[in-house]
Amino acid sequence: MSQHAMQHVEDFRAGHALGLDHRKLGMWMFIASEVMFFGGLIAAYLHYKYRLGFPEAAELNVVLVGINTMVLLTSSYTVVSALAAIRQGRQGRFIAWLLLTILLGVAFLGGQIYEFADLVRQGVTLTSGVFGSSFFTLTGFHGLHVAGGVLWAIVTLVRGLRGTLNAEHSMAVEIFGLYWHFVDIVWIVLFTQIYLIV
Amino acid sequence: MTTASASVSWRRYFWWNTDHKVIGVQYIVTSFLFFILGGALAMLVRSELATPATDLLDGSTFNQVMTNHGTLMIFLWILPVLAGFGNYLIPLMIGARDMAFPRLNALSYWIIPPAGLLMIASFFAGGAEAGWTAYVPLSIGGPPGQTLWALSVMLLGISGIFGAINFLTTVIMMRAPGLTFWRLPLFVWGMIATSLLILTATPVLTSGLIMVALDRVVGTHFFTVTSGGDPVLWQNLFWFYSHPAVYIMILPAMGIISEIFPVFARKPIFGYRMIAMSSMAIAVLGLTVWAHHMFTSGMDPRLRVPYMVSSMVIAVPTGIKIFSWLATIWYGKLRFTTSMLFALGFISMFLIGGLTGIFLAAIPVDLHVHDTYFVVAHLHFVLFGGSVSAVYAGLYYWFPKITGRMLDEKIGRTHFALNFIGTNLAYLPMFIAGLMGMPRRVAAYDPSFTSYNQWATLGALILAFSTMPFLYNTIVSWARGPKAAANPWQAQTLEWRTSSPPPLENFSEIPIVTGGPYDYGEPSAPAAEPAAAPAAG
Repeated sequence: MSQHAMQHVEDFRAGHALGLDHRKLGMWMFIASEVMFFGGLIAAYLHYKYRLGFPEAAELNVVLVGINTMVLLTSSYTVVSALAAIRQGRQGRFIAWLLLTILLGVAFLGGQIYEFADLVRQGVTLTSGVFGSSFFTLTGFHGLHVAGGVLWAIVTLVRGLRGTLNAEHSMAVEIFGLYWHFVDIVWIVLFTQIYLIV
Repeated sequence: MTTASASVSWRRYFWWNTDHKVIGVQYIVTSFLFFILGGALAMLVRSELATPATDLLDGSTFNQVMTNHGTLMIFLWILPVLAGFGNYLIPLMIGARDMAFPRLNALSYWIIPPAGLLMIASFFAGGAEAGWTAYVPLSIGGPPGQTLWALSVMLLGISGIFGAINFLTTVIMMRAPGLTFWRLPLFVWGMIATSLLILTATPVLTSGLIMVALDRVVGTHFFTVTSGGDPVLWQNLFWFYSHPAVYIMILPAMGIISEIFPVFARKPIFGYRMIAMSSMAIAVLGLTVWAHHMFTSGMDPRLRVPYMVSSMVIAVPTGIKIFSWLATIWYGKLRFTTSMLFALGFISMFLIGGLTGIFLAAIPVDLHVHDTYFVVAHLHFVLFGGSVSAVYAGLYYWFPKITGRMLDEKIGRTHFALNFIGTNLAYLPMFIAGLMGMPRRVAAYDPSFTSYNQWATLGALILAFSTMPFLYNTIVSWARGPKAAANPWQAQTLEWRTSSPPPLENFSEIPIVTGGPYDYGEPSAPAAEPAAAPAAG
């Protein structure tokens, strides 16, 4: 082990004794704060949903968004497969699974843009009323998080193509995966609360 | 781990630097500049209130000054100065070379100056005038500066979240060999509790600020009452963060006090585990009390009682701390250094703030004094008499470690005396004015309140003046004060086991911890300095 790596292990010895990696721990805490951020937006949506009834929610395209939900959930599977591949040192499979994750993420965003455009044509916009405001803000911020995840996946893909990721150095993939799963889980809550329980 | 270049030039304080000690000083000095600015705004407020009529500032300007005074003092002074202490001290206290994420740490700091400038710029764009609470619809209809204000607070929140992630990861991952959680200094425990609160509460405020900003800029209808928007929603989102924020601002301050008493009483701290756990209890309970700010906002009356009870329960862990501190100094061999004086001042003034907090948690009392000067007096006793006293106590205590120079104790005592008199003179009369019914956030008031306000203005003048000896003391001492030893106060925590100021990466050899941080006069105490005084009591 290089001297740098030796010092690294030594610096974080208390955490290693607990079986923790500092980057992973930091990511979990970031996710905790993200949970509270979406918690605020979701609370606002639900508050108005039960206060105003949100009759506009009947206009939502549950079939389209249901398919989109399947797309996003499948991407959680592909990212796990990518992690498994890199841990086994199978570079080619890793690249393929990650590429598929990116494609599914982009497909989800495409579906969301299509859905948003459709709603705008029907007159539901950010400024059309409380429903539009809380719907577009909540799902829009989720979409921004998916977009951020896609960018992150592309960065990880570039690192994979350059060969800096391998069986010993797969933490970057695992941490990206944590974020990606979190974005998926948020969507499950949003899909249930916005589209299924109308 | 990336650490800074070995350069020890003063210029390193003005550039991107990942050394936690440099970042700590950057935090403390930057926030002190905002403290002076916030203090100048307070002087404008107090000058206007010296007479019942509006003669210095018109109503709108007064609101802008008062809004920015509150926001600067909370978001750009107390929160960042305590984060500065955390940055400087945590790696030293746990025997680490730096923070877990040094570059993220530098980023947390470098968000603050632009956010502060944004806040100042908002003044010139037609300043925010909705109070630091930014209640809707006031904050929706106000001048454009309100948008910059919201953006600035959002940025400062993000900086705080990054800092909290760093503090927690550092403490969990990077403790020196033998430094178990039950051997952590109590300041570190305070920072753990505070960081947990920052992590859970700040993002909720961010979500609310986004709604306000969207309502203002895009024209969304979150808070448009005519479309069904609900102003009370903002109050919930705001206080979900901003009540825990008072614990975020006091828990590290209590940690500082817990460091100082054992050293200057030469006794082990009384109730170490109880103090540590009471910080955690306050962090958990603190998330359940926010709606006590909304007793008059038309909430369901049945909901008031649980919020009253949980708010009052916070007095229990707080009381545990105060009694533990008193038991620590009881029969101790006290040394009345400036730091110790500020710590003693902290107890007396924080107690007034804390007890009046229990009054305010009681629904019938709150209905009477809500939005009066009683609330203003209470919060200033907690934040100024409490947090700011602790910050001064900490500055006098750790200045030798940070700069390698000793402060002048005589000037320090003068500073303490002026500060103590000024604080009580400024804020005690406000209790009476509030009980008599003087509303807060007004530029003009009934002449029957004149004498209370003039006492308060005199107190504020003394407070403003008290900053001068402090600034003189720090600047002159930093330049040519007597050199400080590694451990001038004969303390036991790890930061004193390295030179003053500590070298890059803190310790020539990572210390191995064999005992608690306050084992004065106990057989298991590690051999600290040869000059260590034997403990008494």
